[in-house]
This record gives sequence, structure tokens and C-alpha cells, in this order.
Amino acid sequence: MKREAPLKVTIALIPLAMALCAFGIYRGEVAMVLSKAINICMECIGLG
Amino acid sequence: MAKLRKLVQAGWGILTNAYINGFIPGGPVIYQGPLKQLCVPGMNCYSCPGALGSCPIGSMQAIFDSRSRGIAAYVIGYLAIIGLFVGRFICGWLCLFGLIQELLYKIPTPKLTVPEKPDKALRYLKYLILFVMVFMLPFFYRSEYGAGEPFFCKYICPVGTLEGGVPLVLLNSMMRGALGWLFRWKFLLLVLCVGASIFIYRPFCKYICPLGAFYGLFQKVSLIRMRVDEEKCVDCGICAKTCKMNVDPRRTPNSNECIRCRDCIKACPMHALSMKIGPGRDQEQRQAGQPLEETKA
Repeated sequence: MKREAPLKVTIALIPLAMALCAFGIYRGEVAMVLSKAINICMECIGLG
Repeated sequence: MAKLRKLVQAGWGILTNAYINGFIPGGPVIYQGPLKQLCVPGMNCYSCPGALGSCPIGSMQAIFDSRSRGIAAYVIGYLAIIGLFVGRFICGWLCLFGLIQELLYKIPTPKLTVPEKPDKALRYLKYLILFVMVFMLPFFYRSEYGAGEPFFCKYICPVGTLEGGVPLVLLNSMMRGALGWLFRWKFLLLVLCVGASIFIYRPFCKYICPLGAFYGLFQKVSLIRMRVDEEKCVDCGICAKTCKMNVDPRRTPNSNECIRCRDCIKACPMHALSMKIGPGRDQEQRQAGQPLEETKA
């Protein structure tokens, strides 16, 4: 069986991921997501 | 459990695509409210007329390909949090496109098993797609006008064609007039994906999906993990035969390919498989080379 990370590694990584997410929110990335999502993405549907 | 999973998948798909006005011809085309600031955890095109949330892979590319070249910390962090808690559980339980593929696979036809070697090689394709089409090209490529492109969404994603392109084109005559080679190319990919799903279990998830590839990276560190009780396991192999994602839970219970559907847990006659928090004390001790009995006492 392959090695797996101990639980403490997971517990240490969770706040790091939360900090990364918070940093993105602080940088205004939520607004970037919203502005893309409220308009039809022509590339996504194959028209752009 | 299989019925419950289907209900959860369908319920989640309906809940996250519940913007009815989007499906009325001549009505508002897509939802434009504040919920679109949030990404859904599975693949779900934000241009689907009913979509209430954003697609995480599309959002990631939208930030990468912006003029300011963002690092998509918001979306990557958000997906990492989900991955760290549940790994690819999302693929098995909360992905509408996964459900669509599963339903197609139920069509009674002879089923195909991709031989082991090409299957193994093709599994790496989704990591390549994640790295090149989702990360690198949207981040580095700029046209002569300085605009970036969401390469995965534009050239590959059949989810956008099925959930966004086809309904919008059917509902909107102006869009029908704008169809060109790109739509035909994406429609061809969709037809291939739908056709393959009838004969192969979840081919998009196995070989193409960059979101599955991303979550897969967290399988061995996620809070919820599969565990094998080696004292109960008799090595009968029923779990491996049951797994439609071609995982052998006895050897790799937390394989990157496992979508945590729990079919193997249900199939095990010895109840040797379970899904619990963390690797489990016995497994940590085994990895550390400590005899189990010594520390159990």
C-alpha cells in the first residue's frame, strides 16, 4: 500500500488553502469571476 | 447507496441550475445575480441558462487570462479547501456532467474496457490538460490586442457545449446565425464524449477533466479517506471488480482515480473497506514500521 500523509499534514494544509483563498478575495478576484460569469462566455459555448 | 448517490447528483444538478427564467425563450439569457461570485464545486458551465454559480475551471482561466494576469488564488484556494476535506468525492456526488455520463453508461449495450496500458497512459492526459490548457496557455498567451483566452473552455470543454452552447443556440435565433467552425468542432467533441460514455464508464472524468485531476492531487492528503482493514480483507478482489473507475482499493484505496462513490464499500463481503477521517491509526503505525499489537495494547 502506498504511503499516505498523516492527518497533521492535512490539518496544516487547510489554513494555508484558506489563506490562499482569502488572498484572492483581497486582490479582488471575486469581482473578476463575477464579471466573467454574468456575461455569456462566447468561447465556452463555442461561438467566440 | 447507488440510488442515494443518483438522487444527490440529480438534486445538486437541479439546485445549481435552477434559474428558470434562463430557459424561457426571449427571457433574460443567463442569471446575473450575486451568487455567480461563488464557484460550484463540480464542472458546471456558467453560461448554462439555468446556472446559479460559476464554473471553477472557467473562473480560474478568466483570472489567468485577464489583462492583469491574476494568479487565481481565490479559485485555487477554494478548490484546495474542498480537495483537502473530501478529495474527489465531488466527482462522484456533486457533478452534473458525471451524472449525465453515468446515465448514458446505463444504456444497455456491450461495454468496453480500455486495455491497461493505454488506459494508464490516457489517465495522465487530464493532468496535461490541467497544466497546459487551464494554467499555462491562459496565463502566458496574449493576442496582438493583449487579450487572453480560456483555452480549455474554448477548444475542449464538452460541458460548456452541452449545458451552455446547445440550449442557448436552441433558445436564441441570433446565436444560431453566429455558428461557425468552433461550434462545429466543440459539438463534434461533445458527440464523441457522449458516444464514448455509452460504452466506457465516465470517459471524460477518467481522461479529460482538469477539475478531477486537480481534486485527485488531494486524495492522499484529504481529511476523508478510504481505509482497508487488512485483518478483515481476504483479498477476494470483489472491490476491484466492482470499481468502474478501475481502481483496486486493496492496493491503492486513495488512488487519484477514485471518485469515492462507495460502491466498493458496499460490495465488500467482509466489510473491510470504510471511509473515515484521516489515514487511521493502524495505517500510520504500519507506515512508521511499528507493530500494531504493541501500540494497540
